[in-house]
Amino acid sequence: MSENFKGIEPMIHNSKINVPYSWWAGDTASRFFISLRDQQKIIALRCGKCGKVFVPPRKVCPSCFTENTEWEDISSEGTLISYSVARRQFESIPKDKKVPVIWGLIKLDGADTAILHYLDGINPGEVAIGLRVKAVFAESRTGSIRDISHFVPVK
Amino acid sequence: MDRAAIIGIGMTKIEANKHRETFADMAWEAVDKALNDAGMSIGDIDNVVTTSSDFWDGRTISCMAVGDASGAADKNISCVEGDGTYGAFYGYTRALSGSYKTTLVTGHSKGSQCISSLITNAAFDPIYERSLGMDMVTACAMQANAYMHRTGVKPEQMALVSVKNHANAFKNPIAQLPMHITVGDVMTSEMIADPLHKLDCSPVSDGCCAIIIAHESVATKFRQEPIWIRGLSFCTDSFFFGDRDLARSNALVQTAKAAYKMAGIKDPKNEIDIVELYDAFTYQELLWLEEMGLAEYGKAAKLLEAGEFNLDGSLPVNASGGLLAGHPVVAAGLYRISEIVMQLRGEAGEHQVKNAKTGLAHGVNGLCGQSHCVWILDKER
Repeated sequence: MSENFKGIEPMIHNSKINVPYSWWAGDTASRFFISLRDQQKIIALRCGKCGKVFVPPRKVCPSCFTENTEWEDISSEGTLISYSVARRQFESIPKDKKVPVIWGLIKLDGADTAILHYLDGINPGEVAIGLRVKAVFAESRTGSIRDISHFVPVK
Repeated sequence: MDRAAIIGIGMTKIEANKHRETFADMAWEAVDKALNDAGMSIGDIDNVVTTSSDFWDGRTISCMAVGDASGAADKNISCVEGDGTYGAFYGYTRALSGSYKTTLVTGHSKGSQCISSLITNAAFDPIYERSLGMDMVTACAMQANAYMHRTGVKPEQMALVSVKNHANAFKNPIAQLPMHITVGDVMTSEMIADPLHKLDCSPVSDGCCAIIIAHESVATKFRQEPIWIRGLSFCTDSFFFGDRDLARSNALVQTAKAAYKMAGIKDPKNEIDIVELYDAFTYQELLWLEEMGLAEYGKAAKLLEAGEFNLDGSLPVNASGGLLAGHPVVAAGLYRISEIVMQLRGEAGEHQVKNAKTGLAHGVNGLCGQSHCVWILDKER
């Protein structure tokens, strides 16, 4: 530090980036969310070329780069591919969730990709890859990913 | 193909909280150091590439904000997101284009000023994922679990990466977090997100780094012996975790292969003398080494235990202390490149590795290593 700045008190300027932003969900996610909200059903899109089944559904198959057009109902049961347990109350965690929060990467039966969601109804120390889980739907549904409340182990 | 080389580097000390300097102050310090290192004046630089990311910078159109302090006044200035390795990639291609001779690349970062959990949460898909509240740490914990399950690697083995890198940092005067710790210390540190303990995670850091890339026609005109860019590549995996094999990194396999091919490297284990890689979390050092072909898949931990990646081992990895000893996110990859340049020049001081001729610097962008950038640098043309 040069002499002419000696003894200067470091000041802090508090600010934030707070810019509201609305995403159009698009036709593909809209259909998926409407199905969750109104029928409590998880639906998927199949690639007409490679046959890969996408959950959550995507309009375009990233491998074939063609439009996915075949909708199908998919099981609400699946297998845990991996998981994460937050022990610290990170700022990103929604206010209605208290640690430990468990997230799972879940491959639903019949799907080729896995979906991220909460895992609950199990002690964090007992979670293991390969666990069979099933979706629990939220009582109040608004057409969002949280219309699935969480996944629980299949008894 | 034309060749290009790195002829100047400048790094600020990596610190937890640079409260006496703004981004611009840090950028000026790093650029000034790089120019002095190269024996150049700002007039010798014909274009500038900065690295910034709006949320890490706390402003919009952040790419425009540090140009002046980077010596970009009246110059062609461009910005590339990422950790600096991607901006440097662009600087390299500019040199090869024939339009530019000397490119200054900078990266600046201040984790101390932001809430990284909110920033990395916003990197998730806004429609399908973001509201679930995951962030970089919890995402990487998911990858660590997938990796451990597939390979059988134990948390105690991952912890050894932290022990090694924090100890290396004692020999690096610009490292933030030198520590003498044991595997037991790592295992008993706070559990942040299973299986990652606090000491498995890199710290919050501030720092700025600058490098100067020159086309071969001017590479020997200045003070430094050039460090030649022999191989360079990057490749990106699927965005959604559920589309990837999270226990592996296909993008890094492809990236490393392409970089080795460009460099004419057939046996990377024997031809590469030193590695600086993106160890934001302990498991990443093991996984990245394996996917770059520097260890068999699932076997890097055994080599680590045998001391192979130590400063005096057969393949020193993160001799600088790596990111575990200081992680200025948006500049971290440029630090990796600069560390390799210092090593190949023989100027790394106490953490100098013996007989380093060919080095590998590795950078990452995205959640759980979605994208990777691999540099093969060499003392010889």
